[in-house]
Amino acid sequence: MSTKNIEEKQYLLRFKCDTKSHLTVLDHDVCMTKCPDKLCTVFCPAEVYKWEGTRMQVGYEGCHECGSCRIGCPYQNIKWEYPKGGHGIVFRLA
Amino acid sequence: MSEKFDVIVVGAGPAGTSCALTCAKSGLNVLLLERGEYPGAKNVMGGVLYRKQMEELIPEFWKEAPLERPVIEQRFWMMDKESVVQFGYKGLEWGVEPYNNFTVLRAQFDQWFAKKAVDAGALLINETVVTECIVENGKVVGVRTDRPNGEVYADVVVLADGVNSLLSKQLGFHKEFRPDEVALTVMEVINLPKEKINDRFNLEDNQGCTIEIFGDSTKGNLGTAFVYTNKESLNIGVGTTLSSMIKAKIKPYELLDYLKTHPMVKPMLAGGESAEYLAHLIPEGGYRSVPKVAGNGVIVVGDAAQLVNAIHREGSNMAMSSGKMAAEAVVQAHSRGDFSESSLNSYRDALNSSFIMKDLEKYKDAAHTFEKYPQYFNEYVPMMNKAMSKFFTVDGTPKREKQKQIMKSVTSERGTIRVIQDIYRAWKAVK
Repeated sequence: MSTKNIEEKQYLLRFKCDTKSHLTVLDHDVCMTKCPDKLCTVFCPAEVYKWEGTRMQVGYEGCHECGSCRIGCPYQNIKWEYPKGGHGIVFRLA
Repeated sequence: MSEKFDVIVVGAGPAGTSCALTCAKSGLNVLLLERGEYPGAKNVMGGVLYRKQMEELIPEFWKEAPLERPVIEQRFWMMDKESVVQFGYKGLEWGVEPYNNFTVLRAQFDQWFAKKAVDAGALLINETVVTECIVENGKVVGVRTDRPNGEVYADVVVLADGVNSLLSKQLGFHKEFRPDEVALTVMEVINLPKEKINDRFNLEDNQGCTIEIFGDSTKGNLGTAFVYTNKESLNIGVGTTLSSMIKAKIKPYELLDYLKTHPMVKPMLAGGESAEYLAHLIPEGGYRSVPKVAGNGVIVVGDAAQLVNAIHREGSNMAMSSGKMAAEAVVQAHSRGDFSESSLNSYRDALNSSFIMKDLEKYKDAAHTFEKYPQYFNEYVPMMNKAMSKFFTVDGTPKREKQKQIMKSVTSERGTIRVIQDIYRAWKAVK
């Protein structure tokens, strides 16, 4: 079957997770007070970011390492690094 | 790893591997560093690989490289909600040597290509992130990696670290890219039996087809969608500038599902099985976004240097050419024993006089124009569809009368002067 939602899409992927996040929200208050739309929760292609009322939950384990959140966060509030060598997403096809 | 190399190349994508291969063939001592488990593990491409620039690196590569199908047909769709205006070209000359381009799956292709650099003498080390360039007295002299005692030194460091080139940013070669300088693209690989692909796309076994889709594929936002045929799968994807996605508050995977279920697209995919989902940024800032590409002991190539022609979906070919040109500059610098910025600037000169900077210069205003004036995507595409529908619907209206009605509906929707302005503006942006 062809996928119908993001959960099914993410399920197709292979990840070699590091124990430490390569993505860090620098100040959760900025998300709370300055960013009503929580834009990263919208445009992140892997639904890594989820707003939990007072803080931003970062599901770095499913990250595609595309860089959109680093460039797209209107407050430069996301510290973005590469996962440790050999870790993170492992594309097998395209 | 405190060894010294002639060249360290960061990133084993098309740009880095081309550079490493060319340097190694010239007898230089090359270290090629890749952060993925293998070359290609982190790389994403819609899937069109151009023959010309690849052949300059490996003659007759199509005889051994893991390719999918030679593309013999390129279609372009202007899509509305329930209709599409199509044009394209199909030619059998693209199906025989030397070919024009191929569909590829990058995870396999990149591994094969990197092995060519290794065969030529380059040392490939995977699973290694370069965390920073080591700078001494204003000159890049090596890199620091995330391995224990991971400092490595070289006369030249080539940054082929892709669209997220944290390294060239660290060196101050460019600021952080703006959301309108990158396109966020998501795609799926959908497995489908060969016979179904051949039947649906009117192809033989060793023939491929590409479809670029404008208009409703991005819900009228600045961007495109695509469907490419592999041997036994389709690559379907859609992307818009990150700024458009932010402005329209679009979730990229929802846009992809919208495309997959669009009535013009859905029948092509019927019965297919999703095999992989991938997201990636494409550097689409063009000419004005190209950063400084050479410094003391350092060169920037490929996506890291924003070398992408978004209008013609060319990127991997520019990556390969830039990697090769960088290697030639390094070889010259090596023979002179001078790795200063002025010496390595021969790479910048080579880029400038090549198709790369000429093409980027040609389209330097295109992205900006289409971002600022979205009517090309969200108004003219539906208008074209309505016009074609009207013109080809036989209802007893004389054809000359139909033409008049079409012209009238176009000018009444946009206004005559605005239509003329729009045409002039679009022509100026791509001339």
